[in-house]
Amino acid sequence: MTYRFRDLLALEPLSADELIFLLDQSRPFQAIQRNPLKKLATLRGKTVALAFFENSTRTRISFGTAASRLGADTMNLQAESSSLKKGESLLDTVHTLNAMKPDCLVMRHAASGAADFVARHLDIPVINAGDGTHEHPSQGLLDALTIRDRKGSLANLHVTILGDIAHSRVARSNIHLLSKFGCRFTLCGPAMWVPRELESIGPPGASIRRVFRIEEALEDADVVLVLRVQTERLHEPALPARDYILLYQLSAERLRLAKSDAIILHPGPMNRGVEITPEVADGPQSCVLEQVTNGIAVRMALLFLLLVGGSEEEAHPAAEMQEPGERPSTDAKKDPSHAAR
Amino acid sequence: MLLVKNGRVIDPATETDAPRDVLLDGDKIAELAQPGGIPQDHSTEIFDATGLIVAPGFIDLHAHLREPGQESSETIETGTRAAARGGFTAVCCMPNTKPVNDNASVTRFILDRAKSTASVRVWPIGAASVGSKGEAIAEIAAMKQAGIVAVSDDGKPIATAKLARQVMDYCRSQDLLVIEHSEDVSLAAGAVMREGVASTRLGLPGMPAAAESVCVARDVQLAELTGARLHVAHLSAKASLEQVRWAKQRGLRVTCEVTPHHFTLIDEDVRYDSRYKMNPPLAASEDREALIVGLADGTVDAIATDHAPHEAALKDVEFDRAPFGILGFETALAISLEQLVHTGRLSLARMVALFTTGPARVLGIERKITAGQPADLTIFSATRQWTYDVKQSPSKSRNSPFDARAFQGAPMATIVAGRIIYKM
Repeated sequence: MTYRFRDLLALEPLSADELIFLLDQSRPFQAIQRNPLKKLATLRGKTVALAFFENSTRTRISFGTAASRLGADTMNLQAESSSLKKGESLLDTVHTLNAMKPDCLVMRHAASGAADFVARHLDIPVINAGDGTHEHPSQGLLDALTIRDRKGSLANLHVTILGDIAHSRVARSNIHLLSKFGCRFTLCGPAMWVPRELESIGPPGASIRRVFRIEEALEDADVVLVLRVQTERLHEPALPARDYILLYQLSAERLRLAKSDAIILHPGPMNRGVEITPEVADGPQSCVLEQVTNGIAVRMALLFLLLVGGSEEEAHPAAEMQEPGERPSTDAKKDPSHAAR
Repeated sequence: MLLVKNGRVIDPATETDAPRDVLLDGDKIAELAQPGGIPQDHSTEIFDATGLIVAPGFIDLHAHLREPGQESSETIETGTRAAARGGFTAVCCMPNTKPVNDNASVTRFILDRAKSTASVRVWPIGAASVGSKGEAIAEIAAMKQAGIVAVSDDGKPIATAKLARQVMDYCRSQDLLVIEHSEDVSLAAGAVMREGVASTRLGLPGMPAAAESVCVARDVQLAELTGARLHVAHLSAKASLEQVRWAKQRGLRVTCEVTPHHFTLIDEDVRYDSRYKMNPPLAASEDREALIVGLADGTVDAIATDHAPHEAALKDVEFDRAPFGILGFETALAISLEQLVHTGRLSLARMVALFTTGPARVLGIERKITAGQPADLTIFSATRQWTYDVKQSPSKSRNSPFDARAFQGAPMATIVAGRIIYKM
């Protein structure tokens, strides 16, 4: 198996096998994060352009770190310093960046479809690091990697998503990825943030239901994905924080309604005391810091695949640094949801 | 003298659908006769329309020619050349130019430019309110004297129900048509496409169908209150069509138009490509179906293009940021044939009516092929195979989702005031 696309713009078009391939390719890079020496030379001489047209700290640092741990150089463009404020169009900006000859463009933008639009105009790989309220594919992959590590498999899990799902690219990427492995979704939040149409965005046969009581939503959950109730981006419509906390905050008491081994994901940054209590955020079921570490592994795998193009047959760049038994198991092919651990 | 020979004349006004020769003398139709029935001498120019359909000149009730003010996207000259290629002999141009056509000077400017540069007849529409800002009534009477055929704040609705009522009262007293871009702007705020599964999947802000239909409901009730002639522009939603049907059943003087893109494409066709972005946005599949039913049963009076050119610098941006609107002139007939006639949903005569007598009646004028009428004819083939190549368009803009689409049926010649201004 190889990755058949030039870019990574969305998870929606990827098949279950392709998603498993991406997750399996990330595994050796997870091991590297535990090494005292984390730097490879695989992408030495390559340049990754990071264009963040919307504020981001963690995703930008994560991609930057991933690039540097692969030995690549980075070019940084941030909204504050960009010429967009001087009236330059997005297309002119990315053409200018491209003229500096990067080998790959990682971009975040507030407009849904912006990465898709840019990719049509460039001849280098484009990685979507979040486009408006559409998708955040590397986040979806790192969430899946975290879930697979903790649960052993992605198959047939009950995933509950809490918050403003209508405006969440993280929720969409998770739905598109996990529904391909038979996961059932329960979406829960204020009705305005959980429109009926969300039940139909998955692949045919996907099980997505809406529930407006958090107690009902948490029942029988294997995975709880808590979304950030954003203060920097306008919610449509705004809801008083006190109402949100009253109805939808994930507290330890409410979490007891989920399966006892349920895990908690949060794409960060967290608003402690709003969508999640500190007790839950720091509790044993929380995976938030694993998500961050896995984010670098996933992004290293993506940069490696898009810049060099890997396949299962070739030696993995991280192979020499792996401990025995860490190689992707060939069993992964038979059971696409099986974690090779 | 120009003799159009051996064509199949379809004239909905006189219920003609038969082989006829048409003789044009100067800017008037001189005679209509059986094939070969008109004597010709060596000075008569002949157009052989064998195998072609000869229709009254097509009228487009809804276009944006962008002059004055946005000449980098279109001018009266380029826009009307594109209109001629689409078979249109007259286009009504919306007032949202820069400056807005809200006074007689701008109206006269447009008509002067049309006189010196236009290929087809240009019938300006004046703004209903000053600057189309929805605050004060524009100088409607002065613009009417200068030559407007209707008023509209197109691009947006007349801002308040109260002002819409006043404009309708006033226009009724002047016997002038009011064209409404019906949209509840609060429901549509920030939206870039129709709300539905497609918008939810794409993560693009959507407006519900009700953003249009609640305003149509307002407007038809105000038409009843005032007795005004109300025309609903670019109607896209099934619920809006039901409002118009209700109004017609009550005998109100309410008409409506539908664009080719709304009876062809739906929200599921939208991708991150601003050539799929227009307002009203592409609607749901059931809306499209309802529009075709309305086109067939007479609820819809006209097909109008809403030709809305935008130069690449404006349109080739993120979907969110792109202006609304697509080109329409050159594909309107071919799409109508494809979607309505070749599918068997409408007769050829009904489709012709939607381009001719239909819009003429909306404007309160006649359009037919009889002696003494203006010599405007649209000659087209219902079968000719061709592929639309937007790069060949005389329009200054390229924003069409139908680029590279293969069609069956095309305009073959456009005759305005007795002159062949376009010939394929």
